[in-house]
Amino acid sequence: MSWRLLKDFLFKKSAAVFLAVSLSVVLLIFVGLGYKSLPLLQSESIINILTQSVWSPLKGNFGFLPFIMGTIWVTFIALIIAVPLCLLASAYLAEYASDRLKNFVLPLVNVLAAIPPVLFGVWGILFVVPILSDYIGPAFGITSSGYSVFAGGIVLAVMIFPIMISIMVEVLKTIPEELKAASLSLGATKWETIKKVVFVKAKPGIFAAVVLAISRAFGETIAVLMVCGNIPQIPKGLFDAGYPLPALIANNFGEMMSIPLYDSALMFAALLLFVIIFGFNFLSRVILNRLEEKA
Amino acid sequence: MASIKTRLRREKIAKIMMQLSGILITGSLFFIVGTILFKGFPYLTWEMISQVPQGGFYIGKEGGILNAIIGSLYLGLASTFLAALIGLPVAIYLNIYVKSGSFLARSSKLLFDVLFGVPSIVYGAIAFSIMIWMGIRASLLGGIITVTLLTIPIVVRTIDELLKTIPVDLKHVTQSLGATKWEVAKILLLHIKPGIFTALLLAFGRAIGDVAGVLLTAGFSDNIPKYLDEPAATLPLAIFFQLSSPIPEVQGRAYASALILTLIILIIVICTHYLASKQRKHKI
Repeated sequence: MSWRLLKDFLFKKSAAVFLAVSLSVVLLIFVGLGYKSLPLLQSESIINILTQSVWSPLKGNFGFLPFIMGTIWVTFIALIIAVPLCLLASAYLAEYASDRLKNFVLPLVNVLAAIPPVLFGVWGILFVVPILSDYIGPAFGITSSGYSVFAGGIVLAVMIFPIMISIMVEVLKTIPEELKAASLSLGATKWETIKKVVFVKAKPGIFAAVVLAISRAFGETIAVLMVCGNIPQIPKGLFDAGYPLPALIANNFGEMMSIPLYDSALMFAALLLFVIIFGFNFLSRVILNRLEEKA
Repeated sequence: MASIKTRLRREKIAKIMMQLSGILITGSLFFIVGTILFKGFPYLTWEMISQVPQGGFYIGKEGGILNAIIGSLYLGLASTFLAALIGLPVAIYLNIYVKSGSFLARSSKLLFDVLFGVPSIVYGAIAFSIMIWMGIRASLLGGIITVTLLTIPIVVRTIDELLKTIPVDLKHVTQSLGATKWEVAKILLLHIKPGIFTALLLAFGRAIGDVAGVLLTAGFSDNIPKYLDEPAATLPLAIFFQLSSPIPEVQGRAYASALILTLIILIIVICTHYLASKQRKHKI
């Protein structure tokens, strides 16, 4: 008897330790990155770092604006492409599609989620970049290598399809049947019902899905790095090259040791990413949990 | 209000738009996989998957990417094993030992959800600076630890979702017969066995496909690592490096490597799908 209790006790204690260890990673990341970025923050005010646009580590200029703008450009382009498509598709899946179609499409969307980022990058180089430089660019009278924030945005849009679709479909499913029936029985067409009842009611959930997708897009490194061109400038148009924050970290980490403050600046970039993404994720998860409890 | 005719026409247009977006989104998957298959297949040779890089591999001479395939498998298997070792007890603890709905359970689950969203480059950056601080160079072990941290949230959250699907009655009945909580856990685990493998496969897929985390921590090497402190090549990194070469043969090999990675991922996906359908039949 006591042996059984002992086993139970041992398991309980070790599981509690594992839980504490794996959650303390949050603290470790935050404190570690914060500590490492202190030297940069002491040498310059945070407002200067975030708003200056000159990046030349050798001269001691660490302006993050080009990278922040690069990240914002690709994320924004990705959202403009992905949000309407995903909204429409998930409305179709939730309201029109038969169970058979749903059971066919949703697993495929999960497969898309399982594809590693580097393969999206390969696809971007093989397809998106050439299309932009050979067809779409010239059509607007722009000569471009194709390696641009536009290419990054397109690749990112495809990458955030799965997370948006799966959450939006879940959210739309929670809309009560009675509401839709009431709207339909008053003579509204199905599309009018979706537009004026379902979407309105599902607003918090849709918002959470979009915020989650934004944080995914913010942190995506390798696929964007491969197609974005990586020139530290503030992009002025769709076909300009950009240099998002994660790409900055990935590209420069090995060589940072010799230049003063360089590693501190890169750690600050990681801290910035972590804080923004943590906040966004936290916000949308709280909204989604609340919705789930209500349903 | 517009006439009924225009309203019905709008309905039709909206429906077509919805169908088109659905087709576009699902189609993008086939399109991506298709592009890689189409481009990679001509370059795929037996040499590619059976040899390590020989002299002059990176200027288009002979050799293969066996080092990267094996490196990725080592990394994926070891970190999935570690993630299971830590994640499984945590998920059990949160569902069986802690009262569900308590502050601890809810906030832990929320934190794991948030950790799941933290990009791998952040894990890579922090692990890299800790490794420098401790004087460890880029190695298989560094990569394994980083990727383990990245996969723990996946294991915990997937298994947690599975445990939630088991009726509470089963838990209560087992306990009322005098079982300890650990014995209850064993019974519940039996019921979600196929699901556990699904979770582990998901974690394995994420581990094998990750780049940003291993870029800084695992390094790269032309040899198959024999010990944990040696640097190890990984498949996604091999693709990335070969693709940045200006030489057409090397680029072609990058496509072939991408094809190999795609096939591995597709096999994983098919297995998960099979196990998931088994879990559904397994349901009580």
